[in-house]
Amino acid sequence: MHLSDSDLQAIWLTIRLASIVTLILLFVGTPIAWWLARTKAWWKGPIGAVVALPLVLPPSVLGFYLLLGMGPNGPVGHLTEALGIGLLPFTFWGLVVASVFYSLPFMVQPLQSAFESIGERPLEVAATLRASPLDAFFTVAVPLALPGFLSASILTFAHTVGEFGVVLMIGGNIPGETRVASVQIYDHVEALEYMQAHNLAAVMLVFSFAVLLTIYVWRPNPKRGV
Amino acid sequence: MKLFKVLLFVCSIALGLPAHAEKVTVAAAADLKFAMDEIVTSFKQANPADEVEVIYGSSGKFNTQIQQGAPYDLYFSADIAFPRALAKAGLAASEVTPYAFGRIVLWSATMDASQMTLESLLNDKITRIAIANPRHAPYGKRAEEALRAAGLWEKVEPKLVYGENIAHTAQFVQSGNAQVGIIALALAVNPELAGKGGYWLIPDKLHEPLEQGFIITKRADGSALAKRFAGYMGSKPARAVMTKYGFVLPGEAAGSE
Repeated sequence: MHLSDSDLQAIWLTIRLASIVTLILLFVGTPIAWWLARTKAWWKGPIGAVVALPLVLPPSVLGFYLLLGMGPNGPVGHLTEALGIGLLPFTFWGLVVASVFYSLPFMVQPLQSAFESIGERPLEVAATLRASPLDAFFTVAVPLALPGFLSASILTFAHTVGEFGVVLMIGGNIPGETRVASVQIYDHVEALEYMQAHNLAAVMLVFSFAVLLTIYVWRPNPKRGV
Repeated sequence: MKLFKVLLFVCSIALGLPAHAEKVTVAAAADLKFAMDEIVTSFKQANPADEVEVIYGSSGKFNTQIQQGAPYDLYFSADIAFPRALAKAGLAASEVTPYAFGRIVLWSATMDASQMTLESLLNDKITRIAIANPRHAPYGKRAEEALRAAGLWEKVEPKLVYGENIAHTAQFVQSGNAQVGIIALALAVNPELAGKGGYWLIPDKLHEPLEQGFIITKRADGSALAKRFAGYMGSKPARAVMTKYGFVLPGEAAGSE
């Protein structure tokens, strides 16, 4: 099996994108998941629904809004230009922003159920031992929810690797910048270079299976963890 | 229970669609978007009982799909090489018919592209230039050839972004995300795009001719409607629409050299 330099570049780019997105979502998704798991506010429902939107929205809808929103006439475009960052479409960081939206539910939902399964009890106990809420979060909730963190991170990473429609719409297919593995495969197929498509597609297939196998074989039972 | 009833209702609608006497599905290159829409409309006016459905996309993708048995009855490619290859593989039920020569233009939604030349692309104010992917999109190939012939390829390559097909490329420019694009003349003259910016016709001596051709696919062998629609492409009204959209027609190939 032979992968060309541009294939390797696409794979490396994909890994870099997925890692950065996972890292960002760990920071962004955790407070959201925590809040969703614990709040009794009436707008828990609406917020939860917004977080879940990327699960049901076609990537073309997300890509369309992002392209217009981050473009020179969109609100995000105005903001990034005012900040001197320039425009986000066709850049690596544009893909990062898009993927953060796209993969948000894959981080938040597993975390939320992990937090929910901890229940009130351990945190109340921590409070009686005079742990501050923040302290209790880091010393009690996070260790108990660790399996949740792991599966949320793996799912987020894998889902970002599998991204295609959004990237196609806002990426512009630039080698080393926005041409991720899924787009590279699409290009191989379009150019009728099936052999090259096969090679890269096989890599993706093996990778995806390995990721899912990890989650399914080694799946800690969160209830038993408490 | 209610859901079941709704499902039943939906199914009955889906199954109850009136069976049309004849219907053809046309796979057309994205540069034909506006021209083909008009041609189909006028064809339907003349033949109200017939149903013609058009799907637009990249010529290369349709080529692959037809190889794999896609349900298209006619295939209009922006590059005549694709239908020729299909005919060679025994997947055509008609001769490969040339129907037009395409032209490429510089187009912008934010600047006056009619005052530009290819050299203008070197301007620092232009940071993104959209072209169709030269690896598989015919218009992208011609765009690359023109930029190479003008000796500009190496210099502008870092600014290039690649659309999946020519309509996708135009959309990058229309949304303002790329300041300039090299797109099909047939798209640039459409009122929706022509209202903005303007375009500059790229001299066709800078690139190979964009000869476009169509076939009736093997699947539609014997379909009278497919044959009639193919014949209609050579009719006066259809040719008038093609000319209006800037295509050079085979019989009048004066401008194609």
